[in-house]
Amino acid sequence: MKHVLKLLSLLVVISALWIGLLQASIIPQSHTWLLPIYFIVSLGCYGLLMVGVGLMRFPTCPEEALLLQQDIAEAKDFLKQKGVDVGSD
Amino acid sequence: MDAAKNKYSIIVPTYNERLNIALIVYLIFKHLRDVDFEIIVVDDGSPDGTQEVVKHLQRLYGEDRILLRPRAKKLGLGTAYIHGLKHVSGNFVVIMDADLSHHPKYLPSFIKKQLETGASIVTGTRYVTGGGVHGWNLMRKLTSRGANVLAQTLLWPGVSDLTGSFRLYKKSVLEDVISSCVSKGYVFQMEMIVRASRKGYHIEEVPITFVDRVFGSSKLGGSEIVEYLKGLIYLMITT
Repeated sequence: MKHVLKLLSLLVVISALWIGLLQASIIPQSHTWLLPIYFIVSLGCYGLLMVGVGLMRFPTCPEEALLLQQDIAEAKDFLKQKGVDVGSD
Repeated sequence: MDAAKNKYSIIVPTYNERLNIALIVYLIFKHLRDVDFEIIVVDDGSPDGTQEVVKHLQRLYGEDRILLRPRAKKLGLGTAYIHGLKHVSGNFVVIMDADLSHHPKYLPSFIKKQLETGASIVTGTRYVTGGGVHGWNLMRKLTSRGANVLAQTLLWPGVSDLTGSFRLYKKSVLEDVISSCVSKGYVFQMEMIVRASRKGYHIEEVPITFVDRVFGSSKLGGSEIVEYLKGLIYLMITT
């Protein structure tokens, strides 16, 4: 099944639940009508939270730049000895 | 699978990487001492003399270890892999960038992970503990994180780093997946891993560090963002 169809079926199930709630009147109708908005807003907030948390915890590796420079120097030494052209880019 | 009989073909597409290709070849040989491998350089007619350097490296390391399979002009990454695949003699294929953002020192960990788990694909991820990125400013990290959250929400891809291009594939799996991919650029990398995931292939991840030395010169502009969004929608509909 194409992914978009999976998402649409999920949407259909959620909509069916929502309509069911509207019919059954377990929760006052005024609240039930607003449920989709609450859902979308929550989803948006969750997304923003995930972006924010991810940004704070974004893994960085400044030491890798140094290690890379060392590796490059080592490689250049070896290659120069063997006559490979490693002049500046 | 008998580990001793595995051969790893490393496809490296190049365009104007006359210096980096020599460095990366040296580092690959340094980190894969007891491994049977070959490096397939797919050069798209670089005007800076990349191919001359590769030929010199062939004399140094052996033409059976370094294969130069060039193309006439810049034809894109996806087709570069397809072209490289035709010359692969190994049962595993590694794809990696030539600009040293992908460090060959991680190759042993890819191989080890695959042997331990029997995975069809091992993909490098920059976004987990043990991995990381250096050289990105806050805006770039924000874009990356936002793009990732969006992709995770919309696609449920099963991997943490969708646009990464440092991967190890079983040769048969790569051939199968690549034949159904049509996108270009980094959307191509996303399409590859998403399609593989949909087909049920066993995918494992290893942390990698990514040192971006060209960030200053390559900006992530509005058009890239639009391309990305179009790519996401395309993948939602077709996978």
